[in-house]
Amino acid sequence: MKTGTLCGAEGSDGLKELWMLFITFAKVGVMTFGGGYAMLPILQREVVEKKGWVSDEELTDYFAVGQCTPGIIAVNTATFVGQKQKGIAGGIVATLGVVFPSLIIITLLAKGIGRLSHLAWVQHAFAGIRACVCVLILNAVIKLGKGAIKDRWGVAIFLVILALSIGTTLSPVLLVLGAAAAGILLHTLRGEKS
Amino acid sequence: MMFYLQLFFEFFKTGLFAVGGGMATLPFLHDMAERTGWFTAAQLTDMVAVSESTPGPIGVNMASYVGFTTAGIPGAVLATLGLITPSIIVILVIAAFLRSFRENRYVNGAFYGLRPASTAMVASAGITVAAVSLFHPEMTGLAAVDWKAVALAAVLLVLTRWVKPTKKLHPIVFILASAVIGVVFKF
Repeated sequence: MKTGTLCGAEGSDGLKELWMLFITFAKVGVMTFGGGYAMLPILQREVVEKKGWVSDEELTDYFAVGQCTPGIIAVNTATFVGQKQKGIAGGIVATLGVVFPSLIIITLLAKGIGRLSHLAWVQHAFAGIRACVCVLILNAVIKLGKGAIKDRWGVAIFLVILALSIGTTLSPVLLVLGAAAAGILLHTLRGEKS
Repeated sequence: MMFYLQLFFEFFKTGLFAVGGGMATLPFLHDMAERTGWFTAAQLTDMVAVSESTPGPIGVNMASYVGFTTAGIPGAVLATLGLITPSIIVILVIAAFLRSFRENRYVNGAFYGLRPASTAMVASAGITVAAVSLFHPEMTGLAAVDWKAVALAAVLLVLTRWVKPTKKLHPIVFILASAVIGVVFKF
């Protein structure tokens, strides 16, 4: 069991790594404004570029799996990255890190919070943030696309899923399963040709 | 004691059955409000507004808020832990599975299709955000364009992609600056 590290069984280095996971994901949690997808540019900066824990491609994989598994994507992604770094204990610690700021902030603000979201200046601030978030997501998509879309078939899958995802109410679970099936099919056909 | 267990279990169920983003938890919370009477539908509407206007993933904010409203700080902690426990278990199992089957050609094939699809879904989420932030959905034609928001987005696009000194800045810098600009120019 890798959870042994929780008790410090691997010494202070193991604990230090777990602490880094916790702190890094707590930072990501604080800096996420406007839902799980807004977390992507922050994750790319903190976890891919600064720490080098995972690649952009792995992040794409985690988001794909997160779309069709239980729970919210932010949490799923944190568990994945933590698990890769430090096993089961890492997965748990990273996830606790990403939810920690929400718990603190909501608990502190809970009393007056109902009124907070109705204040005019809060609404103005978030209108500004939303305009920013769509630019940041666009940049994140361009970065992800470079690693994720390798050939014409990749472009085709991207366009089909984009159209279905915008134009229909099909469940993301179906889209993910369909794309995986298409991937296996194309991979197998190409494998037989070469 | 029973009550705390029930709170944990209710959010455990939500975490287990809500697939996708934080907003997927909403139908489950509506159902919870009706069955348990812990909070009202009107409170829930406020909670959504609050969850969207505080940092952190929306689903987690919702759980913390509902838990706190229902049973104070222990409630906030238990509801949040309940929400994330199923995903931690499921993802740990999947991660172990993927590790053992990394060289499997079917797994590779699946990800060959999944990566472009995943990118497309993020793009679609971005387009949804753009639709509500750059346009007034209740109007048509040119009147529907929120020019202030479009101008800000255009400036940010240039700063984050083409201007060397600002390109490398942390995304949070742009987010905070946009919040200030939003307040100053009354977005």
